[in-house]
Amino acid sequence: MVEDGNINPDEQIDLRGVLCPINFVKTKLKLEMMDSGQVLEVILDDGEPIRSVPRSLKEEGHKIIRVENLQGAYRLLVKKA
Amino acid sequence: MVENKGKQRINLDELKSGGFIKQTQKDLFTVRLKVPGGRITPEKLTKIAEVAKKYSRLGYCHLSFRQSVEIVGVHIDDFDAVIKELATVGQKIASCGPRVRVPTACGGCEYNPNGIMDTQAKALEVDEKFFGIPCPHKFKMGFSGCPIDCTRTREMDLGFQGVVYPEWSKDLCTGCTLCAKACMEGAIIADKEGKPVFDESKCVYCGDCIRACPTDAWKDKKKGWLVRTGGKHGRHPREADQVINFLPDHKVNDFIEATLKWYKENGKPKERVGTSIERVGLDKFKKEVVSAFEKT
Repeated sequence: MVEDGNINPDEQIDLRGVLCPINFVKTKLKLEMMDSGQVLEVILDDGEPIRSVPRSLKEEGHKIIRVENLQGAYRLLVKKA
Repeated sequence: MVENKGKQRINLDELKSGGFIKQTQKDLFTVRLKVPGGRITPEKLTKIAEVAKKYSRLGYCHLSFRQSVEIVGVHIDDFDAVIKELATVGQKIASCGPRVRVPTACGGCEYNPNGIMDTQAKALEVDEKFFGIPCPHKFKMGFSGCPIDCTRTREMDLGFQGVVYPEWSKDLCTGCTLCAKACMEGAIIADKEGKPVFDESKCVYCGDCIRACPTDAWKDKKKGWLVRTGGKHGRHPREADQVINFLPDHKVNDFIEATLKWYKENGKPKERVGTSIERVGLDKFKKEVVSAFEKT
């Protein structure tokens, strides 16, 4: 389930302007440095990035617990598997 | 039956399915090798390379458009040796002429994240069961795992393409809108609360919504094959007709069998099945072949 309330992310990564699949690779590398259960905030561009990155994260077993529309970009909170 | 010209040149029984294609050069042939679905082990590739080095009098192989490896420039006197040496790794000769050809397939759902149906397993199974069966003309089949359709099933005499029917459950949805973002067909639009509005008429059954959904609110209700018949390339290309959606996996062989039977009964010599369907009528084909599979 997507969780309600305020969640303070443990780490942040702003990937606006970063193309696929580099944005996913950067997200993946960031997650690798974190502990299981920690939360990463990811900012992604609209279009191809928001279409591809969440799906790839799901395939790797991570959990997207929040999606916010920032107008032209998206803020995701990802819980590390 | 053996052709004798002083010495035994070639056992013609070995050639009954074709696969030895005459070249411009006297006595040289292209030997077409069977690679169902385009997947081949390094062991077989190594042996093919060895055999090609030894017997290709032109010194090269050709990768055919239908995923075969072809050894070019093999002398007719070397056929038996080529067949025997390739058989040591289980490498078989493919076919040419008026018969069922080796099926093609995309890379496969085991490693491609878009894959819905197991094209590699199916290509092997279908090759095992139908390869070489005589027909009025050539008969080509192909398997694509998803609607991206890398195998170009619209150009096949009989093409199968993986599809998945998405089902949405309200209770699990959080209105994140990722499914609407993932859908490239405009079949899912997010409403004011972010909940998906599904327009099935635009859906191509690719399953991107299912893959994107973080809460599994989108799930696959059923998977199967979208079936296309009567496609071809060549001098007079024809786009295949879509005849069935969501054919269950276990019905594929029956469908091929029914189509081949109809083709043998209705097709004229040298006529591809698409031309037969056009001449006899798509409605008649649907009635006589497809209708039996529509409620499966």
